[in-house]
Amino acid sequence: MTNDLIFDLQEVSCAHQGALVLGPLSLQIRAGSRVAILGANGSGKTTLLRLLDALHYPHSGVASAFGQRIDEANFADDEVNFAFRRRVGLVFQNPDVQLFNPTVFDELAFGPLQLGWPRERILTAVEESLARLRITHLRQRAPHRLSGGEKKRVALASVLIMEPEVLLLDEPTAALDPESQGEILRFLAEGQGSGRTIVTTTHDLHLVEGIAEHVIVLGAGKLVAQGTPAEILGNEALLRATHLIHSHWHRHADGEVHEHDHLHAHSHAHVASSITLATPYRPLQRSRP
Amino acid sequence: MKPRHGLLAGLARHFVEELADSLEAEQLAARAGFLQALDPRAKLLAIILLIVGASTARLLLPLAGLFVLAVVLSLLSQIPLASLVRRVWLVVALFTGLIALPALVLVPGEVIVTLPWCGLGVSRQGLRSAAFLIGRGETCVTLVSLLVMTTPWQQVLKAMRSLGVPVVVVAMLGMTQRYIFLLVQLALQMFEARRSRVIIAPDAAATRRMALAMLGVLLGKSLQLASEVHQAMLARGYRGEVCLLDEFQMCWCDWLVLLLALAVCVVMVLLK
Repeated sequence: MTNDLIFDLQEVSCAHQGALVLGPLSLQIRAGSRVAILGANGSGKTTLLRLLDALHYPHSGVASAFGQRIDEANFADDEVNFAFRRRVGLVFQNPDVQLFNPTVFDELAFGPLQLGWPRERILTAVEESLARLRITHLRQRAPHRLSGGEKKRVALASVLIMEPEVLLLDEPTAALDPESQGEILRFLAEGQGSGRTIVTTTHDLHLVEGIAEHVIVLGAGKLVAQGTPAEILGNEALLRATHLIHSHWHRHADGEVHEHDHLHAHSHAHVASSITLATPYRPLQRSRP
Repeated sequence: MKPRHGLLAGLARHFVEELADSLEAEQLAARAGFLQALDPRAKLLAIILLIVGASTARLLLPLAGLFVLAVVLSLLSQIPLASLVRRVWLVVALFTGLIALPALVLVPGEVIVTLPWCGLGVSRQGLRSAAFLIGRGETCVTLVSLLVMTTPWQQVLKAMRSLGVPVVVVAMLGMTQRYIFLLVQLALQMFEARRSRVIIAPDAAATRRMALAMLGVLLGKSLQLASEVHQAMLARGYRGEVCLLDEFQMCWCDWLVLLLALAVCVVMVLLK
């Protein structure tokens, strides 16, 4: 095992109520890498992320983080648990379950307080985190009264304040409006080169190139493929088999209807019947009157 | 036009509003008042002693005196009396009143008045029993409300830990406070989802069946949600202990309040 290995999963599987929901799969994640876990709904992305955060334990196989085994017996030890939580942070997909304090300030202070930081350090860190995520104005607001995008930023700040070496993000842009998505992506892009390991789950292909240099594809709980974003996004058969390509219909202002697949990250603007593409797409069936 | 709600939906909505108010009541805890200035441990112990005193009081006058003391404390702590009337006194009077009502006529003794429409007699002893029940209920709940309104919940939990309450009990109370808001929101969303899909108003039996089915689903969802909230807490290093930014510090006035509360409690127990 090399020193820069953070997560090492060997033939790991997870079961829920007797049914296998993940694996068996083997994978390794190295320090400082930015990894995207791609998969359709129900493919096991969240289970894998929670396994990496030692919130779920393997049903079979061996999982380890920083050379320590991820299992119930090991994490029953307070010292092991404390050391691990200091180094790994998870941002949940649903911010509502992650935000449980009366104010945004309390929310951000929660993690450092658990880690036993001194008072002055906590106060400084809270102010810095609020400023970094541009949520200083929400300082005394109740988290349950915030908008979806604000909640997501508070959830991200509440984990980042603990300065984890590894950041696990469960669909960070899910259910956000474009502006809030942009804010989160801007933040992730700013984090490039920080040396932090970032593992992000998503099924959104157009995010992949911006957030990862290594992609793991899951399908029905199994590891289907892994490679660079270019390799994965260029493999149409793979994306189709794992339900990551979607076809959809458009009806334009002039009445034209067409269907196309999203094979690559692309955007297009609908102006009358013209379509502007950032990257090419391949239409399946063209122009129905 | 005001939307129509079913009984359960109406109750849930009302509960959410009250809960939101109570979360905002943390602002009361930030006011510069008498109880707010006390150390939470001293405050918790003093309130417990006064509650013991109220529960063991065997004379009405001292019990009334304790109630007046609670009112004075609320005024000194800048708690609006209107809020106490609405949230505490009316609710307690209603519930304990319902429980105490039968005692008026069922407790045997000297009849002081006969009810004209049923011929039942209200006894002096029955009236005394009802007065004790309502008086104790009002005084105890007022004291607990004062504690909660003047102390942030995390400080109450930390004070409980300092006084030796087991970590599992404190963790459960902390979890409940964090989770209950989510649960009520979930219940409301379910009610609204049902309303949006009901085209023809169902009859009473069907409504009851639907309500029961929804309660079952809500229980299942709530278990899942509780597990998620707990996992989110664990993921951020939570180990059951309550951690606060500021440590508690007792001063002479905290000790004085404790001694006074102890004295009141002893007097209430001894007075016959």
